[in-house]
Amino acid sequence: MDYEELIINMGPQHPSTHGVLYLELKLDGEIVVDCRPNIGYLHRSIEKIAENRTFVQFMPFTDRLDYLASMNNNLGFCLTMEKLLQIEAPARAQYLRVIMAELNRVASHLFAVSTFAQDLGAYATPLFYALRDREKIVQIFDQICGQRLTYNYMRIGGVSADIPVGVDQLIRDFIIYERQMMAEYDDLLTNNVIFRARSKMIGVLSKESAIDHGVTGPNLRASGFKWDLRKDEPYLMYDQFDFNVPVGKNGDSWDRYNVRMLEIMESLKIIEQALNGLPEGDPVAKINKAYRPTGEIYVRTENPRGELGFYVVGDGNPFPYRLKIRAPSFSNLSVLTSLIRGLNISDAVCVLGSLDVVMGEIDR
Amino acid sequence: METAIVSKSIQERFPDAIVETKPEWICLKKEIFTPVLQFLKTGHLAFINLHCITAVDRQGSVEVVYHLYSFEHKWMLTIKVILLDSDLTIDSLTSLWSAANWLEREVFDLFGVKFTGHPDLRRILNPDTWSEHPLRKDFKRDGFIPRPVR
Repeated sequence: MDYEELIINMGPQHPSTHGVLYLELKLDGEIVVDCRPNIGYLHRSIEKIAENRTFVQFMPFTDRLDYLASMNNNLGFCLTMEKLLQIEAPARAQYLRVIMAELNRVASHLFAVSTFAQDLGAYATPLFYALRDREKIVQIFDQICGQRLTYNYMRIGGVSADIPVGVDQLIRDFIIYERQMMAEYDDLLTNNVIFRARSKMIGVLSKESAIDHGVTGPNLRASGFKWDLRKDEPYLMYDQFDFNVPVGKNGDSWDRYNVRMLEIMESLKIIEQALNGLPEGDPVAKINKAYRPTGEIYVRTENPRGELGFYVVGDGNPFPYRLKIRAPSFSNLSVLTSLIRGLNISDAVCVLGSLDVVMGEIDR
Repeated sequence: METAIVSKSIQERFPDAIVETKPEWICLKKEIFTPVLQFLKTGHLAFINLHCITAVDRQGSVEVVYHLYSFEHKWMLTIKVILLDSDLTIDSLTSLWSAANWLEREVFDLFGVKFTGHPDLRRILNPDTWSEHPLRKDFKRDGFIPRPVR
């Protein structure tokens, strides 16, 4: 029987492409035969801009990479510069950084799992539930740094300001609240028969394929590879906290969802321990801010979406000679084509949602 | 793990592959660079993860920088290959790592380095119809004023 292949353009403007992603899908009926992702619609040449800004001025640009996890991007850049300049942030700043990074991880994962549910057709309700919880984190950040999305909170050598009085109680209240709510998400999504049927064994990513494609973060852990930079190459104070690294079994869309849900619980554990151990002291190191580094460095941190790397080359000027951002979503998206070949077009949307990419850091 | 150890084991196998070894990186010769990376991936050092490919324009030459990671040794290795502006071609690593596909396309897009043997060497971030390579230091455009060096 002969058939005709149909090419469908999905995106750049499409509700389930999570930003401006353009997929050229080659279809046989409803089955995806091939897929060509086209990226670059959000390219703002941040790496070129960096060569024209001082290191301090570049900090706000990192917020705009993965805009759902600005704190973690700030942290990655700060740690890179601190390692290059051989500065150490005070203990209080390090604890505050851990708290902010983990709160942002919770916010980011909440957004990820709820948009994933929406992609599967659980229209609006899970998203509204998650945004209601994320709003509490955003309001905490609002009190800490005056911003709701692009925080620009961290500085080279510390954080911009200490937390205001009363905010630690807000965070403690949030942890108690969120633990109750996670049980609600389990009823709503994790134990939902339709949700499971739609995501189980869809888009199975093997461990070998994940490493081959450079996939990192929750997507790699969902494939059964226990690898978390916070545990395996600890930075900040992560080696002093007690937390687990959840891993999946099959590497399907369901596992990628479930790993994120479990990671939220682990992050809450870390925040609680960090709040209890928060030492007194200055939130920022007293250093000369006229940085003129020489040499080069590559530092990675564990972002909600994977390993974010900064490669900085300094030549003795106050601005970088070259700054490369290794975005986790970039490598995570490159695996998409091999995952969705042979699936229904509706399952392709499921796989893309479960990979949880943010176009802001892919296009830079 | 140290760069010197890796450098030594490369030298045992490929005596004239290394141009220079620094504590931070190893610079390899362009001609026999693919077999060395294959050895690093499959050999006892087990650098099975290609983490990042990028480039630095040194005005006259372009350094292509590879970051390889070994989960076994928990160590990151930086490999450099220097290409002269007159001949910006290098072997593609797509046969060794699938991750190289998009990362090499990005370097091609932004620096104009041609990867021979790449199955799909198109621009990735910028429009296909464009001819320039924006991260080169000689890139000039209305509205973009390079910062003067003080």
